Amino acid sequence: MNALPASEHLLVAPVLLPLATAAVLLMLGERWRTARALLAVASALLGLAVAVALLLHVEAHGPMGAVYLPGDWPVPFGIVLVGDRLAGLMLVLAAATGVGSLLFSLARWQRAGVHFHPLFQLQLMGLNGAFLTGDLFNLFVFFEVLLAASYGLLLHGGGAARVRTSLHYISINLLASLLFLIGVALLYGVTGTLNMADMAQRLPHVPASDRGLLHAGAAILGVAFFAKAAVWPLNAWLPPAYGAASAPVASLFAILTKVGVYALLRLWSLCFPDSAGGSALFGGDALVWGGMATLAFGAVGMLASQQLGRLAGFSIIATSGTLLAAIGFGQPALTAGALFYLASSTLAAVALYLLVELLERARQAEIDVPLEVTVGPLPVFADARPAAEVNLDDQELPLVGRAIPGALAFLGVAFVIVALVVAGLPPLSGFVGKVAMLTALLDPGIGAVGGTAARWTLFALLVVSGFLSSIGLVRLGMRQFWAPQDRPAPRLRVVECMPIGLLLGLCVLMVVRGDPALRYLRATADSLHRPALYIDAVRAARPVARAPEARR
Amino acid sequence: MEIVVSLVIGVLAASGVWLVLRPRTFQVLIGLSLLSYAVNLFIFSVGSLAIDKEPIARAGEPADLLHYTDPLPQSLVLTAIVISFATTALFLVVLLALRGLTDSDHVDAEEERP
Repeated sequence: MNALPASEHLLVAPVLLPLATAAVLLMLGERWRTARALLAVASALLGLAVAVALLLHVEAHGPMGAVYLPGDWPVPFGIVLVGDRLAGLMLVLAAATGVGSLLFSLARWQRAGVHFHPLFQLQLMGLNGAFLTGDLFNLFVFFEVLLAASYGLLLHGGGAARVRTSLHYISINLLASLLFLIGVALLYGVTGTLNMADMAQRLPHVPASDRGLLHAGAAILGVAFFAKAAVWPLNAWLPPAYGAASAPVASLFAILTKVGVYALLRLWSLCFPDSAGGSALFGGDALVWGGMATLAFGAVGMLASQQLGRLAGFSIIATSGTLLAAIGFGQPALTAGALFYLASSTLAAVALYLLVELLERARQAEIDVPLEVTVGPLPVFADARPAAEVNLDDQELPLVGRAIPGALAFLGVAFVIVALVVAGLPPLSGFVGKVAMLTALLDPGIGAVGGTAARWTLFALLVVSGFLSSIGLVRLGMRQFWAPQDRPAPRLRVVECMPIGLLLGLCVLMVVRGDPALRYLRATADSLHRPALYIDAVRAARPVARAPEARR
Repeated sequence: MEIVVSLVIGVLAASGVWLVLRPRTFQVLIGLSLLSYAVNLFIFSVGSLAIDKEPIARAGEPADLLHYTDPLPQSLVLTAIVISFATTALFLVVLLALRGLTDSDHVDAEEERP
């Protein structure tokens, strides 16, 4: 009877903490609004601290940080939680996203409907569980937890537009979940296990007669993840749904598509590495070409968007496409760059969705005010208004040296930073990620999947999509900030600006500390492409209650 | 046995797909339900169909699939049933809300123009 040290139990904390918080928040009901908000924020901050502690723990303890057996069953039979480098990275990203969105919601959105905070916590629980679990069916359950919470959150605030897009979102995700189940059932039927490590170990020994069934199952599972990761042509639901969601919800959803990308990266690198015999690199071409089609679709969509909210949705699609195409090559250097890009683009997308809300609020003021003015009976005389170049204010003084309101300055600077990260322009983190990927693509040795044509197509697409997205962002930014207008300066609260500032600060930090970050991600990619590490770590886990000798 | 189960799965799935592609929300709801039944039966069937076998390995008999039926797919089906039931109920609520808000039972909340 040897109890685990406390640090081992840290691995289950990202799941239990939001679950317990959600339960307490539900019991509190809708009373004690301040206490509920404080509890939710404290829990989210604690979750962030736990995620960072896990990441440091993993970094300190070699390639596979920790394996935890929640039910204390021996390995292939019970559920396992695996905290490796990739899981650590995704947990920190999810927690940072959660803290940012939650802080933003404190200003207004938490009061727009009931049960916002419990749903938010359950969403975080589903995200954390999906990143940690090492069991295929448990992955399905955590997917359903996070999806069920996301259905509720998407409806938060009400209104016909949200309900209509929710209907589409729910039906698409229900269908994807059914495909997920079919894929899991087929894989179980062929391999006889649901433990991801055990399955990966058995795959090379699957007889040739069953290999077709195995590939069909993996492909169906892949389609389910494609739909969640918004891969073209399964992504028509994303821009309307994310555009209709309330700002903190849309910004939290920025990480939902990354769950699909994560699942593909985890399962594909684990189950179909070079060494997988008859199934080596199965589906790599689908990842590469599907990802590139998605990237092209997202970039053109960004150029075509007339509203910032839709542009943000297409930028998420473009990010998904970039990641999948880069992952599909199956090369550690490229995967490391993609992971860096994943982190920076997720943080930027969260900040962008929060900014959209603040900018739209400023526009709303502009739309509301002049209504009475335009319907007034007074004719407009041509010479009553000053010539456009003179730019006079009410006292007919030329506008020289007038201070820009602080709120507008903040929005402008934040928008420029977000645009730089999203478009991947220097000197910010999006650029570092893209350069890491482009450098890896220049290496002629990586044509294992897709060949030279795929390599150069992705290279060109990465450059062109950055160009297109910067055009789209600059155009909307000019319309937003430079177009002549009499709108009053938007009123911002500190609690709304703080998360945007923090998230953008993280993007800047990723550049300043770029070397250790890239080294960590390089190690992550290396261990991902050596699945034996993951398999051995999971299989080496032993239950604590009974010593292994006593069971025999 | 195998023929009957696979026919049932096929008919349920085909009807479900057809209904999901229909323009009325209630048809989509029924289609999703039929699809989830088909998937549940499918999961059940991957654990090797057997008649009169319990999902319990008995003492004295070898624990292979000739002597007992695999219990894992049954527990998976149980989880899948609960989840699809809950999400279908939620879908029904959203369907009614959309009907109330827009006075239309079309999935896009407006009729197609010819």
